[in-house]
Amino acid sequence: MDHFDEAGTAVQAALDAGARYADARVMLRRTETMSARDGEVEDLSSDESAGIGVRALVGSSWGFYAVPDLSDSAARAAGRRAAEIAAASAIVPGPAIDLVPAGAGTASWASECVIDPLSVPLSTKGDLLVAATAAAKDAGADLAEGIYQIWDTRKWFVSSDGHRIDQHIRECGAGITASAYGDGEIQRRSWPSHRGQYGTRGWELVDELALTDNAARMADEARALLTAPLCPSGETTLILGGEQLALQIHESVGHAIELDRILGWEAAFAGTSWLDLDQLGTLRYGSDLMNITIDPTIPGALGSFGYDDEGSPAVKRDAVRNGRWVGVLAGRDSAAMAGLDYAGSVRSDGWARLPMVRMTNVGLEPGPHTLDEIIAATDDGVLMDINRSWSIDDRRLNFQFGCEIGYEVKNGKRGRMLRNPTYTGIGPKFWQSMDMLSSETVAWGTPNCGKGQPGQIGHTGHPAAPARFTNVRVGVRG
Amino acid sequence: MSAELDIAGRVIELTRRLAGTGAEAEAVADHSAQALTRFANSAIHQNVADATTTVWLRLHLDGRTAAGSTTVTDADGLQSLVERTIAASRLSPPDAAWPGLTAPAPLRPVEAFDEATAAASPRERAERVRDFVQAADGLETAGFCRTAYSSGGFVNTAGQSVEGRAAEAAMDGIARLDGADGVSRRASEHLADLDGAALGARAAAKARAGGRPIELPPGRYEVVLEPTAVADLLSNLATFGFNGKSFAQHQSFAELGTQQFDPAITITDEPLGATLPFDLEGTPRDTLVLVRDGITTAVSHDRTSAAEAGATSTGHASGSSRSWGPIAANVRLAPGPATGAAADTGDGPTAASARALVSGIRRGLLITDFWYTRVLDQKSLVITGLTRNGVWLVEDGEVTAAVGNMRFTQSYPDALGPGSVLGIGAEAIPLPDRWSGVRYTAPALHLKSWNLTGNASG
Repeated sequence: MDHFDEAGTAVQAALDAGARYADARVMLRRTETMSARDGEVEDLSSDESAGIGVRALVGSSWGFYAVPDLSDSAARAAGRRAAEIAAASAIVPGPAIDLVPAGAGTASWASECVIDPLSVPLSTKGDLLVAATAAAKDAGADLAEGIYQIWDTRKWFVSSDGHRIDQHIRECGAGITASAYGDGEIQRRSWPSHRGQYGTRGWELVDELALTDNAARMADEARALLTAPLCPSGETTLILGGEQLALQIHESVGHAIELDRILGWEAAFAGTSWLDLDQLGTLRYGSDLMNITIDPTIPGALGSFGYDDEGSPAVKRDAVRNGRWVGVLAGRDSAAMAGLDYAGSVRSDGWARLPMVRMTNVGLEPGPHTLDEIIAATDDGVLMDINRSWSIDDRRLNFQFGCEIGYEVKNGKRGRMLRNPTYTGIGPKFWQSMDMLSSETVAWGTPNCGKGQPGQIGHTGHPAAPARFTNVRVGVRG
Repeated sequence: MSAELDIAGRVIELTRRLAGTGAEAEAVADHSAQALTRFANSAIHQNVADATTTVWLRLHLDGRTAAGSTTVTDADGLQSLVERTIAASRLSPPDAAWPGLTAPAPLRPVEAFDEATAAASPRERAERVRDFVQAADGLETAGFCRTAYSSGGFVNTAGQSVEGRAAEAAMDGIARLDGADGVSRRASEHLADLDGAALGARAAAKARAGGRPIELPPGRYEVVLEPTAVADLLSNLATFGFNGKSFAQHQSFAELGTQQFDPAITITDEPLGATLPFDLEGTPRDTLVLVRDGITTAVSHDRTSAAEAGATSTGHASGSSRSWGPIAANVRLAPGPATGAAADTGDGPTAASARALVSGIRRGLLITDFWYTRVLDQKSLVITGLTRNGVWLVEDGEVTAAVGNMRFTQSYPDALGPGSVLGIGAEAIPLPDRWSGVRYTAPALHLKSWNLTGNASG
């Protein structure tokens, strides 16, 4: 039996047990993680996971069951079990469930990869982290840390709608952090972002990060932050670097446009959304400069795939166009419930977890300026970059972010370094205040997006460039 | 012998054969069966289960260390795990911090494990959801009911060989009315302890009391935190303050032997019964006193952080503890003296565990829950986050108005510092975290000051 056969067996067993629709995913995943501290490897783990997850729709109730056993008998039992769980769901029934069409039937897809990250010798990868953290330590960091992560995922998807899709997705990334200890506080500087940069690419991505070349500068800046003046408190013009803006997009746009949240399916845990479907197409989300796309087709970005975990093909769509809200992240059942005609944004973090609405690459299209031009056009403001903390309310409106580093901007010049910069606001008011946008886009990868119960870790991508916002409250203190 | 202990033993034997007798190795096999019935818009919309056996192997060979895991537990899968872990260790840089293996040590006896919870059916979970929904009496509801079972076996080349089982159940839900949410949640080792109707009624009572919220100016307020909010304090203290690695790296506020908290504060970690009775390094778990009468007495360690700090492991090793630090996952704040608290019923917003404390507020806030709390500064443990699921203004001991959600920015150790704790509820409630296997047991807390920095509306 090949893996399509195992998935097919599970689907047929669910149908035989009363399901009117079923799908199954066989997944094999190898992961590798190494961390280093102060010039020594701290932890190295190489993990392997294989199993099958089956989803069954009985009447209008879902059930999902997963096992690590890929034998014919186990696949058959998993299909039956998924249908039994779905039948139990009918004790507290919901509305009728339909599924929008999911496109292609038979297909195969693989992500771009020049250098297979699992084939790079461990000693080479270890040497990189050792050298980078040693360089930061030697330059004065009290603590220098580095990490790389690799995910190599193969999946075979079969549905009772006739899908047979296999995919091979290779992802990796890395980053370093230098910490400096002061009197009762710690300052950190990270490269290239607060948890590193990640993508659906091979080890060439990590090579391009130049971790060791930037290590000493991170240590210098962390130490300098200890004595830098505090970020002022009050309302001012705020310029955000691209890495911080990527997380701003993730938290205040990406999650808000998830259709399962809008429909209330995440109300008790992840929360809902301030968006109302009645306003889709008319609501002003931000300024005219705000153009947000949902695009899983971006080569190398962390949220890229060929087909989602319901078999819908990757398609680029608008989420916000010229400041108006026009699209959502949807699945086949949520889209049908909302009266929409597209899905394509459902994924799970493994064979043992239920696929659910997840961000793909949700990004901001570039503007006409450069960061230097934005600074030159600013008389009085603050520039912040590299995320340090993030918090947003359960409707995705009220946010507060902290950044690793800030700078004064006075009379069109970047001035003194500022310590503990934070800013706070309300999503649509903030986005409507965006008045300058750079063209210097980077597709930042977020490898740790938590959602769902049992919890799942999602991988998302966020193209973003530096941008300017007016009348933003900064410098909130505890 | 359990199937898991047998697997762990076979992995160690295979490692000895392939790596030689000089290898130090430890193997864990953990069979985990989780089932979770999720509801929203007052209907079950997600209903999932899985049963997975994961095998971990960590190997220290010729001064180098590597670890690996697999869910493929047939002979080929185990052979592959051992071979690639050996290969990884040979390519890995030297590990000067290797702390050695756990010596043979007996487990502390644990109360009998609940077979009924381990074997709970989807129907049993669905019935509790139905009871929650019906008790909310027409209000929109959402939440989950879950059961989990774990059976684990550990063997190492130093002679430690232990096995154990654990089961848990949890229910967590909200009721919603006109934009106001009310929550109730409870964890237990016994599914039979979870009363969906009682939990639904309490959530509904809170939602009904949350209408027409007012907004208050930012500032420092006296507060009563219900157990659901106190759990967040315990979570962040455990993750960042009592984390042995953070402590060893001087990133924690913790100073052993120092009166860092109010004398009314005693915090322990109580893992027995809630999880397997040993950690991933085979160290037996036991009660760990983190704070006694306000004095910080310990932090949680695995073998690596313990060696670095000159301490001994407290049984908090996990798959990520070498990187992210060992974190206590069953933290309990000791309750205050008994006051004859009323049963947890009634139409008001205040949970029974908080009523006596609310009556002592002259002017302050009753806060049900915290949300999206994140660290602004790790050393001082300044945290920002929001209130959720119900806030009320209390004047002269009476709830006088619902309040809209607010953002706070607050040092947690300062909030619990000497002289800052005005009262502790008499009943400690076991509460589930969002991850199975993590639990906080908390009473309500009456604190002198909490720094609210803005309204959620802007």
